[in-house]
Amino acid sequence: MRFVDEFRDPEIINRTADEIRRLVDPKRHYRLMEVCGGHTHAIYRFGLKDVLPSNIELIHGPGCPVCVLPMGRIDDGLAIAQNPNVVFAAFGDMMRVPGTHGSPLEHKARGADVRIVYSPSDALKLARTYPDKHVMFFAIGFETTAPSTALTLIRARAEGIKNFSVFCNHVTIIPAIRAILDSPDMRLDAFIGPGHVSTVIGCRPYEWIAVNEGKPIVVSGFEPLDMLQSIVMILRQLRTGEAKVENQYKRVVPWEGNHAALRAMAEVFQLRPYFEWRGLGFISQSALRIRDEYAEWDTEQRFHVPGVRVTDPRAAQCGEVLKGVLKPAQCKLFGRECTPEHPIGALMVSTEGSCAAYHSYEHRKNQLTSIQTVA
Amino acid sequence: MCLAIPGKIIELIPGTPFLGTVEVVGVRRKVDLGLLQDDMPKLGDWVLIHVGFAMSKISEEDAMDQMRTLTMLGEAEQAMQEVQGYGLEELDGHEKPN
Amino acid sequence: MNGQKPSGEIAEPKVRFRDAQIEMAHGAGGKASRKLVEGLFVPILSGALPQSLTDAAHVQINGAAMAITTDSFVVKPLVFPGGSIGELAVNGTMNDLAVSGAVGKALVATFVLEEGLPTAVLEAEVRAMAKAARQAGVSIVGGDTKVVEHGKADKMYISTTGVGEFMPGVRVDAASVRPGDKVILSGPIGDHGVTILLARGDLDFEADLRSDTRCVLPLVQALARETAPGIRWMRDPTRGGVATSLNELARDCGLGITIFEEQIPVRDEVRGACELLGLDPLHIANEGQFLAVVAAESADAAMNALTMADGGDGARIIGEIREEPASSVLVTTRYGGSRIIDMLVGDPLPRIC
Repeated sequence: MRFVDEFRDPEIINRTADEIRRLVDPKRHYRLMEVCGGHTHAIYRFGLKDVLPSNIELIHGPGCPVCVLPMGRIDDGLAIAQNPNVVFAAFGDMMRVPGTHGSPLEHKARGADVRIVYSPSDALKLARTYPDKHVMFFAIGFETTAPSTALTLIRARAEGIKNFSVFCNHVTIIPAIRAILDSPDMRLDAFIGPGHVSTVIGCRPYEWIAVNEGKPIVVSGFEPLDMLQSIVMILRQLRTGEAKVENQYKRVVPWEGNHAALRAMAEVFQLRPYFEWRGLGFISQSALRIRDEYAEWDTEQRFHVPGVRVTDPRAAQCGEVLKGVLKPAQCKLFGRECTPEHPIGALMVSTEGSCAAYHSYEHRKNQLTSIQTVA
Repeated sequence: MCLAIPGKIIELIPGTPFLGTVEVVGVRRKVDLGLLQDDMPKLGDWVLIHVGFAMSKISEEDAMDQMRTLTMLGEAEQAMQEVQGYGLEELDGHEKPN
Repeated sequence: MNGQKPSGEIAEPKVRFRDAQIEMAHGAGGKASRKLVEGLFVPILSGALPQSLTDAAHVQINGAAMAITTDSFVVKPLVFPGGSIGELAVNGTMNDLAVSGAVGKALVATFVLEEGLPTAVLEAEVRAMAKAARQAGVSIVGGDTKVVEHGKADKMYISTTGVGEFMPGVRVDAASVRPGDKVILSGPIGDHGVTILLARGDLDFEADLRSDTRCVLPLVQALARETAPGIRWMRDPTRGGVATSLNELARDCGLGITIFEEQIPVRDEVRGACELLGLDPLHIANEGQFLAVVAAESADAAMNALTMADGGDGARIIGEIREEPASSVLVTTRYGGSRIIDMLVGDPLPRIC
């Protein structure tokens, strides 16, 4: 088994799609939210919308860590990178995210030392390799990524590596889901739950969604078959009127989560009282900061952080698109001022952002079709 | 970077950190196994890799189970259609046709 | 870059390139590169509005037609599995000529060397160039060398200019492309770009991959021998990859190009590395492949010629030309999904060739 190809078998995909068609009530309009950016991307890449009946609407949720990062935090990180001998290290998808004075890549063009790393441990390795530089790892991500940052900090401390720090922007998924459900504009029937975050936090943290809010949530894998099977499971629940947490991604997600990962996080991080999410505003207890015991490896304690706050341009409707209230194409800037080439909001830069995904896969095609009809 | 993909452990490198060489479709990289310290993977195990760390062991059993459920989905459906085609729900005591 | 025929217009074309400074993306071979070339170089140098930009220019000297092209190589590291900068310098220019329908006859090379470069390194590259030239059947007839201070050039940059003779009966012209034509790719993509990325060592990945650098002239000649009139257009997908080259064609001919994802030859290791890094093989540089658009009725003969030729066994028909979606490239997957794929945006893999 290679754990990928089997879950893309076209014949089984067709059969599962048939089962979905059997389960839907033709008189009902279903609104399912996929929380995670990886699911958004998979939906477009595998053309899943074409396979589903038209009365199932998939709404993109805020589970894209690049998308919810306020521009002010990027500005802060890049301001620190202006210090001589500071190396700004971050994942590839951070590199083109626009700050007020340009993206990390643009800063690199102007002489800042900006490096792409695949792993936080690569950033630590840079620190070992260049003892006369200070390597600042600009950390983003939900609970999927936070344990890796945590373990890296534990290692840095154990080895006594002084020229390394983390600028921590890790956020947690549950408050984001809560914010969605609290939003008065939202009406959802069920959730396709984040698959990889759940390998860390397990399935228990979602129980309130089913019990208190009465919405089914199925933790889903990322292959086309995974997502279709999750939709089958959701429809079965909706049909019988039940609401519970189910784990479709059993082969990878343990119900109880990963205790070693949670321990590492607890050792290194604590919750911030509140944190600003781009588009969603301030949410309490929704983000992680580095504990005082690790202050030496906390960029915000080692350096002066300007604490820039940037309001998004009025016209940019990143917030509403993030919450699923608006579709990407409904934002006034979409496809005009804001394109993958010239992104204004992070939803257009990140490959997981709904605007970028929609633009690549749908918008260009729709544009071309409408031009044909007019001509 | 939600990207997490399955890879097979082809080498174990004990120490601190506990590393493993993982192979993903012919590409090899050393991956930190520290997050799996409660249940260390063995040589030949498949793990889910995210930003250079192994997040979880992939259970081949669960994967096969899932494939079986999905494959049966269509088969059960087909069997039902066949049965319906013969109007058997109205009859009782008759032999099932092949 | 194509030499433009004077248009007869007197108006001075304006420089339309508005960026205040040059970024890495301008050298990546994708959208930004094109903006720079079309917006700054062409207006100033050719004195006319840009038409199609091709791999080699047609020049007439006393009635004799000649192809001329130039390319520069700034790859880092200098030596990598499967080749080195010297090899790229010869093959790259020969390939630009080949896909323009010309047989390279002579090359000149310029070297910009960093003070302190070990002579052994230079010698190795010059030997590599000599060997590649012998294999390609071309002579290196001249060159120039400059040395700059330590730190002002990353060890060595090479640039080669080649002149060639057009193959009779072969006409490479985007305007001749028609709906129904087939798109052929000579072999697996992504090998070169991923090899370089791994060779840099920053990412700690390992794979059994080599650059695909080679002179594709013999394959182009095999194609031409079999079905010269059936060839509409060719290009070598270097920086920016197959997606960029096909987008250039789509723009130039105004038609749509549909490619079938599962037909595109990609080695497992390249696929794996791309998956891990979030890259698309269609945007990655190749140094030993070419794309050819051939008339539908010539496709079988073309494929036969290629697959029977040395090194052509990886050739595949990867797509076809259609009316829609106009001026765009569509990739379809076997799951029924499809997406428009654009030219490369940005520069995910700098200093790749």
